[in-house]
Amino acid sequence: MTILVIAEHDQQSLKAATLNTVTAARKIGGDIHILVAGSACNAAAEQAATLQGVSLVKVADAAHYQSQTAENLTALIIAHAAGYSHILAPATTFGKNVMPRIAALLDVGQISEITGVESADTFVRPIYAGNALATVKSADSIKVITVRTTAFDAVDAGNTAKIESISPAADTAQSTLTHRELTKSERPELGAAKIIVSGGRGLGSGENYHTLLEPLADKLGAALGASRAAVDAGFVPNDYQVGQTGKIVAPQLYLAVGISGAIQHLAGMKESKVIVAINKDPDAPIFQVADYGLVGDLFEIVPQLVNALG
Amino acid sequence: MKILVPVKRVVDYNVKVRVKADGSGIDLANVKMSMNPFDEIAIEEAVRLKEAGIATEVIAVSCGVTACQETLRTAMAIGADRGILVETDVELQPLAVAKLLQALCVKEQPQLVICGKQAIDDDANQTGQMLAALQNWPQATFASKVVIANGKASVTREIDGGLETLEISLPAVVSTDLRLNEPRYATLPNIMKAKKKPLETVKPADLGVDVTPRLTTLKVSEPPKRSAGIKVADVAELVNKLKNEAKVI
Repeated sequence: MTILVIAEHDQQSLKAATLNTVTAARKIGGDIHILVAGSACNAAAEQAATLQGVSLVKVADAAHYQSQTAENLTALIIAHAAGYSHILAPATTFGKNVMPRIAALLDVGQISEITGVESADTFVRPIYAGNALATVKSADSIKVITVRTTAFDAVDAGNTAKIESISPAADTAQSTLTHRELTKSERPELGAAKIIVSGGRGLGSGENYHTLLEPLADKLGAALGASRAAVDAGFVPNDYQVGQTGKIVAPQLYLAVGISGAIQHLAGMKESKVIVAINKDPDAPIFQVADYGLVGDLFEIVPQLVNALG
Repeated sequence: MKILVPVKRVVDYNVKVRVKADGSGIDLANVKMSMNPFDEIAIEEAVRLKEAGIATEVIAVSCGVTACQETLRTAMAIGADRGILVETDVELQPLAVAKLLQALCVKEQPQLVICGKQAIDDDANQTGQMLAALQNWPQATFASKVVIANGKASVTREIDGGLETLEISLPAVVSTDLRLNEPRYATLPNIMKAKKKPLETVKPADLGVDVTPRLTTLKVSEPPKRSAGIKVADVAELVNKLKNEAKVI
């Protein structure tokens, strides 16, 4: 059994989600190869070679992998899929975009967002926004899988796997990236943060969101998140959204400020180790999942909390 | 330009689902069913393109049991011109649906397929990408803005780090994210009109597609429950608990 993990990276380094995906591959068991497809992506490939459990890093370096389009990555992966029993990628917007394309061309089903590995062909995955867990068995010869990163620890470094260059596939030229606007932040990435401060509609405005929550996030070294309501209201950009259709997070500490706790939001954060809720409505559903609830006016409580953290 | 929009009948957004006691699945008896919310956004986008004079016809397709006719009528009340039901009682998985849609794409020759990015029941997020692959079409998933001009689509996508814009040639598949638009409410006159719009029914065998499931569900269980903790009186108590009890700060 040989497993191919598709690396998500920014050419210089691997995204943290790739490290969780390798851990899922190790749970399945077998030889693990990583594919790094990019443009001038040597640094990312070298990092991939340090991951425990990886025996081979395959690098496809070509200008048309710079923008990581699904069409070009699929053509490459299909050309190199022979001999693999499993193909894995993180269930991020990157993996979700590419993997079903690969599965369809291999004529196999995809197993999306696995949270557990029962055996080489049987996996656990959440359905209905995490309100139920399905254990599914695949009858396909190649298992194409996306991995919910919060369900698996990051793999350690310290390995020195072989790096091998593979030939790129032809440019499909079906899709051109014309603009990319990544939110710049000094804060930790939402998906990898140990502490997340998240704000909801209760904050009232984008200005309040920033003036109240940023000092708190600074004190805690936290990432900033938001509920769908706060994103829809335009307080913060879409990539802040935590929930069923946004990011799924599981930090050590999740502070929900002015978030009522809609099912969609809970689906994205209820695996957090400790949840704190600050809300003026004592009956808000968020309190049903919070370890520590504080009922009151967030406009008074949050500044007090910043002071108390000294 | 024809636009094809697949719509799925799912448990309504507001229903709290219950796992069956024998672990065989979700209890669907007497549960309210509706159109998948992402598919509603897809229909709305297609209808807006028609209203803008860019699309000439919007075809809604649903695959599944006879009751999916209701979902198609809803799509037609929003503004789809006609509906196609691919009727089967077999549990349809994304690959099978993608193959059914592919067969319909060959027959109908749409320039654009707009679909929801995922269904809120199986949360698979696969069908649109699979259809694009089978047709060897480009794709733009998780769209928050779609502009059609000069035989191309310029699509802004919601990605983990922010936004990106792709230019893709047509025909293509676009999948919708939440912020693409706000679907209209179907008015009573439009609901009445939708009842008279054409609705064609075909079977998977008519399209030459094998819809046998690839994944077998062995069991469905409740996730571990998270119980409510305590209410603290003030900020001082909260900080004390986080430092000394939970030890997370």
